[in-house]
Amino acid sequence: MSATEGLSELDTAPGRTSRLDTVELATRHPDDEQPYAELGLRAEEYARIREILGRRPTTAELAMYSVMWSEHCSYKSSKVHLRRFADLPKSDALLVGMGENAGVVDVGEGWAVTFKVESHNHPSYVEPYQGAATGVGGIVRDILTMGARPIAVMDSLRFGAADAPDTARVLPGVVAGVGGYGNCLGLPNIGGELLFDETYAGNPLVNALCVGVLRHEELQLAKAEGTGNKVVLFGARTGGDGIGGVSVLASETFDAEGPAKRPAVQVGDPFTEKLLIEACLEIFAAGLVTGIQDLGGAGISCATSELAAAGSGGMAIDLDAVPLRDSTLTPAEILMSESQERMCAIVEPGKVEAFLAVCAKWDVLATVIGEVTDGDRLTIDWHGERIVDVPPRTVALEGPRYERPMARPADLDALQADAPPSTSADLRADWLAVVSSPDGADKSWVTEQYDRYVRGNTVLAQPEDAGVLRIDESSNLGIALSLDGNARFARLDPYTGAQLNLAEAYRNVAVSGAKPLAVTNCLNFGSPENPEVMWQFAEAVRGLADGCRELGLPVTGGNVSLYNQTGDVAINPTPVIGVLGVHADVTRRVPTGWRAAGESVLLLGESRPEFGGSAWAAVVHGHLGGLPPRLDLAAERALGELLASLSADGLVSSAHDLADGGLAQALTESALRYGTGARLSVPGDPTASLFGESVARVVVTTADPAAVRAAAEAAGAPVTELGTTGGDALVLDGLLELPLAELRAAWTATLPALFGSPEATVGSIPAGAVPTS
Amino acid sequence: MRIGVITFPGSLDDVDAARAVRLAGAEPVSLWHGDHDLKDVDAVVLPGGFSYGDYLRAGAIAARSPLMQDVVAAAHGGLPVLGICNGFQVLCEAGLLPGALTRNSHLHFRNRDQGLLVERADTAWTTSFQPGQRIVVPVKNGEGRYVAADADLDRLEGEGRVVVRYVSTTPGSGVDANPNGSSRDIAGVTSADGRVVGLMPHPEHAVEDLTGPSTDGLGFFTSVLSALVVAA
Repeated sequence: MSATEGLSELDTAPGRTSRLDTVELATRHPDDEQPYAELGLRAEEYARIREILGRRPTTAELAMYSVMWSEHCSYKSSKVHLRRFADLPKSDALLVGMGENAGVVDVGEGWAVTFKVESHNHPSYVEPYQGAATGVGGIVRDILTMGARPIAVMDSLRFGAADAPDTARVLPGVVAGVGGYGNCLGLPNIGGELLFDETYAGNPLVNALCVGVLRHEELQLAKAEGTGNKVVLFGARTGGDGIGGVSVLASETFDAEGPAKRPAVQVGDPFTEKLLIEACLEIFAAGLVTGIQDLGGAGISCATSELAAAGSGGMAIDLDAVPLRDSTLTPAEILMSESQERMCAIVEPGKVEAFLAVCAKWDVLATVIGEVTDGDRLTIDWHGERIVDVPPRTVALEGPRYERPMARPADLDALQADAPPSTSADLRADWLAVVSSPDGADKSWVTEQYDRYVRGNTVLAQPEDAGVLRIDESSNLGIALSLDGNARFARLDPYTGAQLNLAEAYRNVAVSGAKPLAVTNCLNFGSPENPEVMWQFAEAVRGLADGCRELGLPVTGGNVSLYNQTGDVAINPTPVIGVLGVHADVTRRVPTGWRAAGESVLLLGESRPEFGGSAWAAVVHGHLGGLPPRLDLAAERALGELLASLSADGLVSSAHDLADGGLAQALTESALRYGTGARLSVPGDPTASLFGESVARVVVTTADPAAVRAAAEAAGAPVTELGTTGGDALVLDGLLELPLAELRAAWTATLPALFGSPEATVGSIPAGAVPTS
Repeated sequence: MRIGVITFPGSLDDVDAARAVRLAGAEPVSLWHGDHDLKDVDAVVLPGGFSYGDYLRAGAIAARSPLMQDVVAAAHGGLPVLGICNGFQVLCEAGLLPGALTRNSHLHFRNRDQGLLVERADTAWTTSFQPGQRIVVPVKNGEGRYVAADADLDRLEGEGRVVVRYVSTTPGSGVDANPNGSSRDIAGVTSADGRVVGLMPHPEHAVEDLTGPSTDGLGFFTSVLSALVVAA
């Protein structure tokens, strides 16, 4: 019996027919057998539930515990490691830390920013469009729940080999879903990543970030306080979509049958979410709520138990009051449903009328479904009978936690010993290969499907290194954000890899001229039941925590996505790191592209022959091995401070971080942005200079090279003058010459060739793309 | 000068339109779709977005909102009305402008900086431009392909009612000038009296150097101020 088949019998008392399972029945028949395993619970977890309740759970209670104790909701495998983030030194910038829906950062002038990235990997494989769309919808509600107006989104995407048939099924749907939902909400998409690797073939990664802004005093928290206060469910009706999404879909490894779990994927309606956003912001402004929680994974089970657990009392819910899309849903299904675009608020009785009036203005359905009680129980009634009576903390906060066994991957020594090639046989051909590879190529095919202009505060967006937004039109206060997650580095060394990703995101934010302030993360790994994966996870967390300590940045929250594997093959460990920075004056932002001829091109930082995990080794040699580049966070910090001062003093006209593809990739992107070439001379070993991926490096252009050199030398950053912008080619003296037209043709052709010309009719599923088993 | 910006459920670029009005030197006035109240504004902007989630047809439900009845009546009396993107779709659905906006030929939402040729510089919304001027403003839509019967297109062109046409943003780049397959590269049209203008591109996103690809879009909003001064 599959889990979803089991659900049809859930609300019938075990072994009986057509009789609602109630607390009373569970007490009278304590020994009835229950389908806990089908719901994803282990025998010892089930035993603990019985111990907590002093009886067997009702089928509705079992449903609640099963979703809330899932890996996705309880972080049971990761919690013991995530403590490292909480142990970081306290930051003055952090108004709200980990544990709430999203962390909140003080960015000055009374403004605060909240941001978070979350995965929707498994649903996006099963149903690409809806999976990705509801991933955006879910993270937007998390930000809204903090009292913030959502102001932008970003997306970090990974797919299997670019030319694999299934990638042609998954990628266009994911991109259309991210765009379809975000565009319809009126949120600019300001950046992200798109990378390919065969380990993601059965496990694409769809990580969505949302950022919101609020005044300090507008902060809202998710807790139910005040006996007699009403519990209001508002937004969309509850339907049969997404049942068991967190327990069945997100917390298990896919088997060979792959996309057989379609009914567990939620269906999104961004129009309803847009109305929900506007209604919520009006409700917050009028001071009509004492607590609020969004309904995401685990639906009503999660919202009620979390609100009650965070409050001081209990909660009584009348499940009959929940508006339904489908009147045949059973109480357990209602409790587990992950129907989208729903929120739950705690409202004082005297404010309910005003609350409902705001909802009516925005055509948002709102219903009182219960109230805060003075007890310490969460009770839920159905047709006049009690079907749930639990201590809410045991559901929401006191789930299981495991110290899973860990083991360094057996192949890691061999992998690290397998040094990459270090000499290019044909620099020019390799250059074109790297920048036209799916990872290096122009991403316009994707980003043109996203609105980057809406709200009118987008200062920089893709393909820039960081997204930059104006927060305050009168003061020009702004923020910068970057998401980065190099999985090749993490595969070679997860401890260093996670720090390298942190360093890259930090650098991308610094390149725009911003001061980095805070860190979020989305940790995508394989099965925690595999000791080697668990070791990768623990090492990455340890690395990220150590890196944040050294850079003096707090971790504001994050998301863990495990079980990203099909059969025995786990994805490359993919810690995606987001860094938030602040611009005191966003008009000082520094773009990546070269606009003017006759400016000096300078390389800041030191280039070494480092090819382990590099794009060049992967693209040209199909090689992954050796060690990732040497980490130097002190150099990153010095470089970041230098870039901020160069930006504030207006000394640089462009700055571009060097990362995947090294100098060749960065020069290509800077030159093609506005069609300005350069004549350059690259010292040292040409392969290392062009394709090595040493970190803490940035290319800048300036009209005043002497001043930049002086500033860099004062900051202790090595400076190399490469040459001068101008012309319609990239000319590297003595090495190669690349006309921009040829370079642009190579760089832009790749994604349209793979996923359809923008002018062609796209949308059909290629033959063989969908597994038939 | 007071210029109204209508908010429908699902309107998204209303804040941008209000900002553009302000930067042009007028006072933006928020109008609510459910009211029968134009608040004595001197002109009206219907902003971009996904009113009613584009359900049924883009703009179809919004065109039947209470306030649109007042807009239609006022437009027949000469009130300047600008419809941007979803606003253009609403104006077509409301019968104030001819033609229809359908799914882009390539079936994708597309957002890019778009070259436009201003063909009419004498409507209420385009007097700040020169006839034949090339401008760049963002375009972003999934259902922006302008269509009409050939005879209607002939008549529109004959009457000079094409206000802006798509042209290449970077001539010689090989990138198709037309972003969505619109008939005869039509990006925007006007009413017979030149008071009502609808266009798919977004001039309100090109009003500041900091955030836009240009400030060319500001001309639409300064134009209507001149038109109102002349009328007064």
